[in-house]
Amino acid sequence: MAKILMKGNEVIGAAAIEAGCKYFFGYPITPQSELPEYMSRELPKVGGCFLQAESEVSAINMVYGAAGAGKRVMTSTSSPGMALKQEGITYLAGAELPCVICNVMRGGPGLGGIQPSQSDYFQATRGGGNGDYRHIVFAPATIQELADYVMLSFVKADQYRMPVIVLADGMIGQMMEAVEFKTLEELAPGVNLEEKTWATDGTKGNRKPNIINSLFLDPQELEDHNWKLDRRYKVIEDKEVLCETVEVEDADVVVCAYGTTSRVVKNAISEAKSKGLKVGLIRPITLWPFPYDEFKKIGENCKGILVVEMSTGQMIDDVKIANEGRFPIHFNGRVGGMIPTPAAVLEDIEKIAGGRK
Amino acid sequence: MTIVYEKSKGLTDNETHYCPGCTHGIVHKLVAESLVELGILDKAIGVAPVGCSVLAYNYFNCDMHEAAHGRAPAVATGIKRVRPENIVFTYQGDGDLASIGTAEAVHVAHRGEKITTIFINNAIYGMTGGQMAPTTLIGQKATTAPLGRTVEHSGMPLRMSEMLATIDGAAFVERVAVNNPANIRKAKKAIKRAFECQLEGKGFAIVEVLSTCPTNWGKTPNDALTWLEENMIPYYPLGNFRNFEEDK
Repeated sequence: MAKILMKGNEVIGAAAIEAGCKYFFGYPITPQSELPEYMSRELPKVGGCFLQAESEVSAINMVYGAAGAGKRVMTSTSSPGMALKQEGITYLAGAELPCVICNVMRGGPGLGGIQPSQSDYFQATRGGGNGDYRHIVFAPATIQELADYVMLSFVKADQYRMPVIVLADGMIGQMMEAVEFKTLEELAPGVNLEEKTWATDGTKGNRKPNIINSLFLDPQELEDHNWKLDRRYKVIEDKEVLCETVEVEDADVVVCAYGTTSRVVKNAISEAKSKGLKVGLIRPITLWPFPYDEFKKIGENCKGILVVEMSTGQMIDDVKIANEGRFPIHFNGRVGGMIPTPAAVLEDIEKIAGGRK
Repeated sequence: MTIVYEKSKGLTDNETHYCPGCTHGIVHKLVAESLVELGILDKAIGVAPVGCSVLAYNYFNCDMHEAAHGRAPAVATGIKRVRPENIVFTYQGDGDLASIGTAEAVHVAHRGEKITTIFINNAIYGMTGGQMAPTTLIGQKATTAPLGRTVEHSGMPLRMSEMLATIDGAAFVERVAVNNPANIRKAKKAIKRAFECQLEGKGFAIVEVLSTCPTNWGKTPNDALTWLEENMIPYYPLGNFRNFEEDK
């Protein structure tokens, strides 16, 4: 397929349809509303269904119904709406239902603002609803990655029977870049998905009823269920980590950033390199599972790790876990829709490289 | 030997957890019989609520979803929109449908969603132990209204059927009671019509069933039936509020 110029929010929709998703339940919220608009136009053309729900709460519960009935389904929202969806997401996790949820993040807390933000990291990576659960979180940094990881999300959701989150931000959602849609086989070669024999489509009189449920009143059954989910999470932590790691072995400074922020950081790194500094990059692509092991590759001469986020410091907690106390950790954060500048990141890199704390 | 009566094939063999004298069992039976008689049990997908009937998925002999509190109409919408050929129903209590799930209940009717809802109104929260519901009557005692519900503090009890009947997408709205055999027969007829409404693609159908909760009302099963007749029916009049057949 040839490259075309498309807006991020619309790419999410096009990628979903490309991945065989025919059902979308959503609710308007800035800065992702082009996505439900796109789906309302495009899904009827492929024999699917777009439905505007009365709230984000209803939308995610419609997803729960559609996913339980065995169909590829998605919803999208932005931060305040993501908070509302957490009820449905924990039920999806508990009932082991596959679906894809896009959060085009904006600033908070509360109604916050409508500009780009990365302040929903904790919510996305720790299981934002009640109970012990996790879900895969992809953090694309380009529109091409957005297309790829939205498509891959449907495969991973089905493979592991869980909700998968695509964590974008207002910048990714609103900007246009050239994109080429790949095939599922290219993106997930050799993945054989099992038939959804657990789905509710009517017994047709030839099997026992299928039950979609997250209630286990017997404590032992609930514990068994939790450990079953946890074993699956361990497999994912082992197999599904994605990360871009560049020249960290002999770096003076390693910068860690994801999504939009990583693009700013790359500019700063290339300027720092032109000044003769040795700067490495760790860019997590999956935020859960987090690429903890990548930090072990950092050479002993490193003078510090710089974490750059559009938050007051959330991913930095994972970096501290990964660092295991080896190097000093510094932070550059902008919030409220403000975006870190390459100049400010470069200044921090130079300070750390100079050994100043 | 001739079999003159047997348990509906629409119910599983599981023993229910309902209290003695609770009328959930009767309503389960009516729903199950309706599904079997209409020949739709094998394509039915039910949605259970949170509340006393949270375990309904163990009792109906068809595919089932357990939903979050109040969200059954949204879950049913998701199922019906991706599997329009199936018969989808929700089974919800008054805390579920008339309190935490009012938005979902109103909008499933508003969209004319082709599903069937069985709404159990027993004027109290049963599962959590007798707290006040939006449908609790004035003067009725509840664990969160220990001196009895007052208008000043909690407003008047909510009449959901009357409210939903104002919505054009609601094709069938009827209130019934299961306090005596005559009313049970009428309830069965209404429930069956509510499924036929879906089969004919007319729109949203709801049957509100006035039910008893002897345990949390603090009454014997028989006294509870009398209390329903003397107190609930005068405030929640029985009858049809909207009928797709009349709209022809």
